Amino acid sequence: MNTKSLIDYTLHLADNALILGHRNSEWCGHGPVLEQDIAISNIALDLIGQARNFYQYAAQLTGNDATEDSLAYLRDEREFKNCLLVELPNGDWGQTILRQFFFSTYQYFLYRQLQKCGDEQLSAITEKALKEVSYHVRWSSEWVIRLGDGTEESKQRMLHAVDELWSYTGEMFVAVGYELSAFSHGFGIDLSVVKNDWDEKIRSVFEEATLSIPVNAWMHTGGKEGKHTEHVGFVLAEMQFLQRAYPNSEW
Amino acid sequence: MESINQNIINNTTASSSEEAKHIVFEILETVSDPEVPVLSVIDLGIIRNIEIIPASSLELVPPGWEAGGKEWKVLISITPTYTGCPAIDVMKINIRMALLQHGFTDIQITQVLSPAWTTDWISEKGKEKLKAYGIAPPHYTQAVCTADSFQMEEAIQCPLCNSYHTRLVSQFGSTACKALYQCEDCKEPFDYFKCH
Repeated sequence: MNTKSLIDYTLHLADNALILGHRNSEWCGHGPVLEQDIAISNIALDLIGQARNFYQYAAQLTGNDATEDSLAYLRDEREFKNCLLVELPNGDWGQTILRQFFFSTYQYFLYRQLQKCGDEQLSAITEKALKEVSYHVRWSSEWVIRLGDGTEESKQRMLHAVDELWSYTGEMFVAVGYELSAFSHGFGIDLSVVKNDWDEKIRSVFEEATLSIPVNAWMHTGGKEGKHTEHVGFVLAEMQFLQRAYPNSEW
Repeated sequence: MESINQNIINNTTASSSEEAKHIVFEILETVSDPEVPVLSVIDLGIIRNIEIIPASSLELVPPGWEAGGKEWKVLISITPTYTGCPAIDVMKINIRMALLQHGFTDIQITQVLSPAWTTDWISEKGKEKLKAYGIAPPHYTQAVCTADSFQMEEAIQCPLCNSYHTRLVSQFGSTACKALYQCEDCKEPFDYFKCH
């Protein structure tokens, strides 16, 4: 396959992990109880670790003195290839949990295929990350069930979270150019299989959580091709400020 | 590091690559995990390979190498425990420092991701050290590493009073590698080095 598609695809995986990791890190010190504050911060750390591995690989492929830092801190909004779902504001705890559940489940089934893909490095990164993602899926699905099948208040909040987030889930399964190129070059990824597995998991957890899946929803797309919601600009403004204002500063 | 007599064990005293490898191994046993200081990088099972190359056999003289200088080049493969664990960077620096202190100047540390690290690689000695330190060591076989919700937890033994009457407080603990438990008998909270 051409290197450009592989770089773009790797950046897409990296950006998803970085932006969601950043969003989760916003909870640090604000979680509803100490243990869950620690849990969401641990998940943030896992995701940022994944992002680092993907960025290091993308930097190696890019050459021209690119580094994991230059890719994370010096690209602009339109160059970020993350799904819209991960850049949305955290909302309340229920919304954060539901987003984590949607996304971790997607990552879980995607990585399960990627670990057997034709690219040695992507396979190694995802083989490792899959173990951590398993914990994320387990933790977030338990919370979706607790809150969905919990009190009147928690149920209302989960229903609201489903309304807010559902229309951002479709994008994960619609392949864009670099994904199609990657998949057609021996990656062996079949997004329709990921989608089926994802649907099945969501259905079983929602059933236990007494939540229903919205039907015939219109889906937002664009993030994977750099067309983002306004929110990603604010995330980058905070994340990149230091490197933009004081180039190459270190501590 | 103090435990090794620097006059006796260092790079220049090794007469064969096996001997040098043995020395490197002993040095690595003194480098600890910054998060769990009772474990060495060897106990933790993150050192995947140690290769010793006689410097004279290198086709190119490495930068900084001078005739009459150090004799062995050390190549180490290391694998991270958790993807995002910041301890890996500290451990790489500490490994380099320890080797430098013992006269090894030509050191190359490579990070490998596959096969992925598992708690099965923690040595028996390491597991005993963990328990003595107050952290319950990972079980040999675990059924709780899958993505399914509300799995039955295996009974984790309290490292303090040895009771199996314990409960999970949180799957995520003070570091990426630990979960938080409490003993229902002695009531002490403790860390469990979770399976991975």
